[in-house]
Amino acid sequence: MDSDEDLASTLGSEEEFLQDESDDAEDFDAFDEDPDDEPDLGSQKEPKKRVAYDVSYKVHTPNDIMTQQHDMMDEVNMILEMQQEDAAILLRYFRWNKERLMEDYMDRPTKVLEDAGLSNNSAVRPKLEVVPGFMCDICCDDDDGLQTFAMKCGHRFCVDCYRQYLTQKIREEGEAARIQCPSDGCSRIIDARSLDLLVTAELSGRYRELLNRTYVEDKDILKWCPAPDCENAVECAVKRKDLDKVVPTVACACGYRFCFGCILSDHQPAPCELVKQWLKKCADDSETANWISANTKECPKCGSTIEKNGGCNHMTCRKCKHEFCWMCMGLWSEHGTAWYNCSRFDEKSGTDARDAQAQSRKSLERYLHYYNRYANHEQSARLDKDIYIKTEKKMVQLQTASGMSWIEVQYLNSASQALQTCRQTLKWTYAFAFYLARNNLTEIFEDNQKDLEFAVENLSEMFEKPVADLADPKLKVEIMDKTAYCNKRRLILLQDTAENLADGRWTFNVDLKSGGRK
Amino acid sequence: MSGLGPKRLGKELTKIQNSLPPGITLVSADNLEEWFLDIQVLDQNPLYAGQTYRLKFKFSKSYPIEPPEVTFTKTDNRPIPMHPHIYSNGIICLDLLGSQGWSPVQNVESVCMSIQSMLTGNTKDERPPGDEEFVRGNRLRPRDIDFYYHDNTV
Repeated sequence: MDSDEDLASTLGSEEEFLQDESDDAEDFDAFDEDPDDEPDLGSQKEPKKRVAYDVSYKVHTPNDIMTQQHDMMDEVNMILEMQQEDAAILLRYFRWNKERLMEDYMDRPTKVLEDAGLSNNSAVRPKLEVVPGFMCDICCDDDDGLQTFAMKCGHRFCVDCYRQYLTQKIREEGEAARIQCPSDGCSRIIDARSLDLLVTAELSGRYRELLNRTYVEDKDILKWCPAPDCENAVECAVKRKDLDKVVPTVACACGYRFCFGCILSDHQPAPCELVKQWLKKCADDSETANWISANTKECPKCGSTIEKNGGCNHMTCRKCKHEFCWMCMGLWSEHGTAWYNCSRFDEKSGTDARDAQAQSRKSLERYLHYYNRYANHEQSARLDKDIYIKTEKKMVQLQTASGMSWIEVQYLNSASQALQTCRQTLKWTYAFAFYLARNNLTEIFEDNQKDLEFAVENLSEMFEKPVADLADPKLKVEIMDKTAYCNKRRLILLQDTAENLADGRWTFNVDLKSGGRK
Repeated sequence: MSGLGPKRLGKELTKIQNSLPPGITLVSADNLEEWFLDIQVLDQNPLYAGQTYRLKFKFSKSYPIEPPEVTFTKTDNRPIPMHPHIYSNGIICLDLLGSQGWSPVQNVESVCMSIQSMLTGNTKDERPPGDEEFVRGNRLRPRDIDFYYHDNTV
């Protein structure tokens, strides 16, 4: 316990720690500057240049995303001198790759405009018009004074039809960036300005929302925050091909922590590919099959599956009444006088069958070992919400019971958060460990895992104490220290796993590149 | 959706009651939701010579913004034509009839003509791959099916 307290006090309050991981990740030095002369931390022999488990990223609000698009449109406008709505269509066509747009446009402007759906580009902006003698090809209306509209392609329809067409595309089909002129075979793309002339403000809002969505989806360095109701997007430069070297966890401004690589909830230290395979393995009933093969045999006569749950080797199939020996699967009648004891135990076939079964059982046991621990932490993570609500209640109770102020009970909130984050990490260390092949580094990893687990269980126990005990200032200090210690242990584990991952020093018994990546 | 459909369908009906291209005849249009038309292939294509096929058009409230649902219907003397894009339950795989390929300026007549020419140009006496399975399992409306328009040779 001595060393724990030591650590905690050198490292200051837990707030510093929480910030350390949730702050803008470019803040690499916060961790390294901690005076860290703890001798027994095997994983920290050499000074680090940077925090290996962090990637740099940026959170963008919907407004930022809008501004970015407008900035790019303005830039293209300025250079190519076209209308802003046309620049937008061009940029979308080139998936916001401005450089390629410029290059291609300079080479073959007519072809580029045509491909992007901007042929016949005159400078005259289309407007609503009444054309004498006009009949709409969609509704066949030819009333006098009918308001009509045509884009630069000249295909004219009545405003009503145009509006319904756009409503259908936007509302029902979720289309925005590539809505074509209603005329058959015309590939002219509807632009934002024309759309605004035709539809209600509400639909135009939806249209812009969809455009924003395609902007983020078109760009590999942007991803939507997957938290429900969160409208932010996160920018991160980690490429798909690097996902076997780094686990790019990002934290949105809404507080949700997720992996930029696969958009699943934070799964450090396990790389995306491992997570994918692990989740598949857990969901598959391939493990059920494994259990069956480890624990059951088939009746040699009728093929019914039999689980032997104790008793002697003399089996009588319930179904077909066939009598056989569980050990050698041979006819029981051939066992002669050696009743209840298989004398053919050492025959080659029997040995092979036993080996295969032992192998299968061993692999199953190994899986279950890791799975149970993984599931245990996952279960705890599922109770996150309960824990948080319970914490809030406790904090209020504590305020009334002990006269502490709101700020003075915040340590419970920090402890609850630390518990949740650490459990999330612990959970994935078990999936990580399941695929990890032994080498001289695995022991350090297992030590780190054990230390973190121990610290978390300790903190969890303190945290669960009744309010009356929590009012004790001594326990408060202990909880604060333990919280800091848990966070510290978590970062040490992440640092170690991330560094070795980046340097390719882990060996996994599955291929990290096998995820069908291009 | 407002009353876009009725006016347009009324006009279409007046027009096709007066004249239709050769090989296409109106069978019934008792209301503005479901019409039946017969089509024939006029050249000597041995696959379809001497046969008449019946098309059913179903119009949603959003027609013509949305495409109509067009299928072949089987009756005593109206079989389902053999074609690699026509399933044996009468469902037609034609991009024109999906929301991507449809244009509101298309109409009943132009759809009939497209299907007619789709038959005329075909030489293969076969059903689409996976026909049996599709016909057994499909519960979707034709327009909700994601057809792959990968084969443009037929």
